[in-house]
Amino acid sequence: MTTLTARPGADTAGPDQGRDAAGKKRKGIKSPYPLWFYMPAGVFYVILFLVPTGASLYFSLTRWTLFEQEFIGLDNFVQFFREQALVQGFINTFIYAFLTSGLKVVLGMLLGVFLTSQIIARGFLRSVVFFPVLVSTIGVGITFEVLMNPFDGLINQTLAAIGIQGPGWLTDPQWALLSVALVDVWKGVGLATLIFIAGIVAIPQEYFEAARVDGASSWKNFWHITLPLARPATATVVTLSLIGGLRSFDLIWAMTGGGPGFTSDVIASVIYKQYQAGFYGLSTAGNVVLFVVVAALIVPLQAWLNRGEKDA
Amino acid sequence: MFSRQSRRTLLAFSASGIALTLTLAGCSGGGGGGGANADGSVTLSYLVDNQEATVATAEALADAFMAQNENIKVEVETRPQGAEGDNLIKTRLSTGEMSDVFAYNSGSLFQALAPDNTLVNLDDQEWVGKLDENFVNTVSTDNGVYGVPMGQAMAGAVIYNKDIYAELGLTVPTTWDEFIANSQAIKDAGAAAPIVQTYGDTWTSQLFVLGDFNNVLAEDPDWAEKYTNNEAKYSDEPAIRGFEHLEETFKAGLFNEDFASATYADGVRMVATGEGAQYPILTFAASQLMTSNPEAADTVGVFPLPGDDAATNGLTVWMPGGVYIPKSTEGDKLEAAKTFLEFLATPESCDIQAETSAPQGPFVIEGCDLPEDVPAIVSDQQKWFDEEKTNLALEFLSPIKGPALEQITVAVGSGITSAADGAAQYDEDVKKQAQQLGLEGW
Repeated sequence: MTTLTARPGADTAGPDQGRDAAGKKRKGIKSPYPLWFYMPAGVFYVILFLVPTGASLYFSLTRWTLFEQEFIGLDNFVQFFREQALVQGFINTFIYAFLTSGLKVVLGMLLGVFLTSQIIARGFLRSVVFFPVLVSTIGVGITFEVLMNPFDGLINQTLAAIGIQGPGWLTDPQWALLSVALVDVWKGVGLATLIFIAGIVAIPQEYFEAARVDGASSWKNFWHITLPLARPATATVVTLSLIGGLRSFDLIWAMTGGGPGFTSDVIASVIYKQYQAGFYGLSTAGNVVLFVVVAALIVPLQAWLNRGEKDA
Repeated sequence: MFSRQSRRTLLAFSASGIALTLTLAGCSGGGGGGGANADGSVTLSYLVDNQEATVATAEALADAFMAQNENIKVEVETRPQGAEGDNLIKTRLSTGEMSDVFAYNSGSLFQALAPDNTLVNLDDQEWVGKLDENFVNTVSTDNGVYGVPMGQAMAGAVIYNKDIYAELGLTVPTTWDEFIANSQAIKDAGAAAPIVQTYGDTWTSQLFVLGDFNNVLAEDPDWAEKYTNNEAKYSDEPAIRGFEHLEETFKAGLFNEDFASATYADGVRMVATGEGAQYPILTFAASQLMTSNPEAADTVGVFPLPGDDAATNGLTVWMPGGVYIPKSTEGDKLEAAKTFLEFLATPESCDIQAETSAPQGPFVIEGCDLPEDVPAIVSDQQKWFDEEKTNLALEFLSPIKGPALEQITVAVGSGITSAADGAAQYDEDVKKQAQQLGLEGW
């Protein structure tokens, strides 16, 4: 590892090798690229991220239209948390995020192990698993809305053929959110699998050979070698899918529109509806809440997941 | 070394600058612009909602207009219906990217567009004098008149299958109890769903509440004014009864089996074919009926949503939507657009409207008459109009309509929320809308 990090600085390090040893601090500041190189990206970051973030923080404290604004303090946030539909959306967001993230990790890991083992048509199967990721989310949503129609849909007609009365997947309040989450997993598990495959393939074969010499079963191989050494991949999948789940909107909107009633609303769809209704201040406040929630959850999670990696 | 570096910097800066300019230019590029085409003709875009019947009418009107005005070309564009469409209209108006002419609701939805800021004032146009006064009020603010009517007035009422009523010996109900008794009789007969609900299109769920407004006004003639002034609530009598009726009919199991997923088109078809008996809906369903089941024109009739008192039984009436010109239409296009609107207010335009899509009620333009052979949904309404037993719907008497009503009524009609909770939620929704509109007393 040390040789690798030393290399980019090699030519500049040559003349002032003596000073190098003097202060570690100085080495940290000295970058091989001039500061100017960061400017274009910096300009875009400020204009497209920092300015809108600052502006939305302010506008979340106002009741505004495109023509006028009225400063109302924290009223928007009070309103946001007082409404039953919005609170429901909040709870649903967490159910949705943790459910989809958990399933993607478990299924993605299993598929990853399966698709890195010696099986027939491995390349083809990898493509099949990855394919749904490439399809438009709205397209998937509309397709499944048709498939999940309680009376004319293919799923319930198939179930009826074997004598099972399927539920109203998207129309029964008990099932609606769960159905959408399952479709989300179907669509997103390919990406998780891909990350796991990359992680598993990167594990040196020597460990497995050594384990084989010691007579370890394939279950022990998985539990003591694959799982711990694929930890960076697991961390990536958890982070990505959790963020994706927390801010998910398109699939839910295409399939149920938050319905029936408010039973499958998530924060993002509630925010969208407030915007749609012209409650711009309220929807801005909702976005600030979403931003804070995602950050508060992901930053510590990221730190915790990556801690082990740095120690290793 | 130094000079080379700064040159690179300069390059990087100008590259990012160009990219930024392009992005910004892209933002403002879509706006209307007022120019004529190369050959001196003007092309107008005309935005309407995507219902089959609406599009057919819009295209017939455009063709007739173009035949008279060779220099003006009208292209019909479509948009989604319901809340999705509202959003699109508001967004395009506020970004200045609206079509040159567009059709949209009158009343409170029209008020929510902030017409004084976004639309062209038309109060100097000659045709304004020929319009029904009730209609003019629904497309006006204190500062101007903004729209020409498209279509006819209509009612929010119950469409029903007359064959089923005749077969079971039922009569048109004038009180809520009679309505429930009829529905129960239809349920017992077992052949048809007594009441059709279609939550696949959520907006259709609002009729039990919105169509009941004649009965609210019957008990309290000043209710709309009190409501606007934050003095009357949906969670109190008499307005809560709409929510209660919805809950009651769900609990009694009077809905069609697939009410949660059926669509508006399904609902109209069910009443036409006799799969369903009664369907509370706006009478513009006549045009859907004539498109999908023209053979049932005389089978499907209409009666008002009944209230407690037979003496005040009457129709809740909606004014037609309007056609408006956004402020982004300028120059030659604006002149052309005004000519187009003038054409829309002529009896010739009314005749085309009545021909291409089935009428849903009486016209609101002087000199426009309905043809003889209108479907029963329309001719049945005449009785209440003649006896003057009609009231305007709330959205024409008050600027406030809560945007979440359709989700709330779906929740109440599906048994997820109780009537009392639903009404309270709606009051909260109404409050947000009133605050956003900046009304006094909220």
